[in-house]
Amino acid sequence: MSSEPRIVEVRRNVLKHNDQVAAALRERFAGANLFVVSLVSSPGSGKTAFLEKTLTLLKERGYRPAAVVGDLATANDANRLARSKAPVKQITTGTLCHLEAAMVDGAIADWDLNELDFLFIENVGNLVCPSSYDLGENMRVVLLSVTEGEDKPLKYPTIFHGADLAVITKTDLGEAVEFDRAEAKKNIQSVRPGISMLELSSKNGQGMEEWMKLLADRYSDVRQK
Amino acid sequence: MHELSICLSLLDVAGEEVERQGNPQVEAIYLKLGPLAGVVKEALLSSYELARAATPFAKCRLVIEEVPIVVFCSKCNGERPVHSIQNFSCTECDTPASEVIHGRELQLAALELVE
Repeated sequence: MSSEPRIVEVRRNVLKHNDQVAAALRERFAGANLFVVSLVSSPGSGKTAFLEKTLTLLKERGYRPAAVVGDLATANDANRLARSKAPVKQITTGTLCHLEAAMVDGAIADWDLNELDFLFIENVGNLVCPSSYDLGENMRVVLLSVTEGEDKPLKYPTIFHGADLAVITKTDLGEAVEFDRAEAKKNIQSVRPGISMLELSSKNGQGMEEWMKLLADRYSDVRQK
Repeated sequence: MHELSICLSLLDVAGEEVERQGNPQVEAIYLKLGPLAGVVKEALLSSYELARAATPFAKCRLVIEEVPIVVFCSKCNGERPVHSIQNFSCTECDTPASEVIHGRELQLAALELVE
């Protein structure tokens, strides 16, 4: 004899395990006065060049940055970033299109976080999947290169909506590709009203000073807490 | 495509809940999905077919309820829909919105159980 089905309310986040690991990471980061930035973008938008420049400039200014980079197959990005002399760990995700909090947790396991000021987490180049996963970061940065077109934010609204800062990269190429800055910024604001935006070139250094200032300000906020 | 990972997490969380309920038979999983969750409904449904095979959920249906975006509009001083995910402003007064109330859900809402 079968009884009537009954509905049991559950209300649990599907990614609760990831959320728990991310929350624990966030607590550890805060305890170590570490400011953590994650980077998301499509492949080829200049994440690694931007990060290499960022690590180098931070080191020049006496900060202690480190980076974790996610990639599907190679360790090329980590090798490039190692030129900055900052500690770098590669997470090779295989076929997985995004980083999860547990992977970050594993990658930083043998680092003493108290010895660091900044941690950068470079996600796999992908504008869809990384948006679902909290990595315990303080700030999520989405990159958009001028070569990608002004309407990218409208095509991938979720990743822009989940970000805290939008960075337009490769501005040195803007003229060559007839990049419409005003249109791109309008589209970013349409998807994520009020988001902070920066325009910069890792190649010629334009805008990098503003980025350094933003990092220094956010870092001192973290220290004061 | 990360919907397969999402489905595996879903079955994981559902499995914990079923165990808590004393391991009854599960007829259906009810999922709430918001447009800001970064998950595609169709991809989720087809991934689910793969994920549930050879699990206790092999015959269990996945029912997805799509939750619309609701924001708190500071000008209207109330909860409002937005024009679209691309045009994130209040449908009443066109004020750009930054406070999301609904739309991020990726939530196991309920289970349909047979004792």
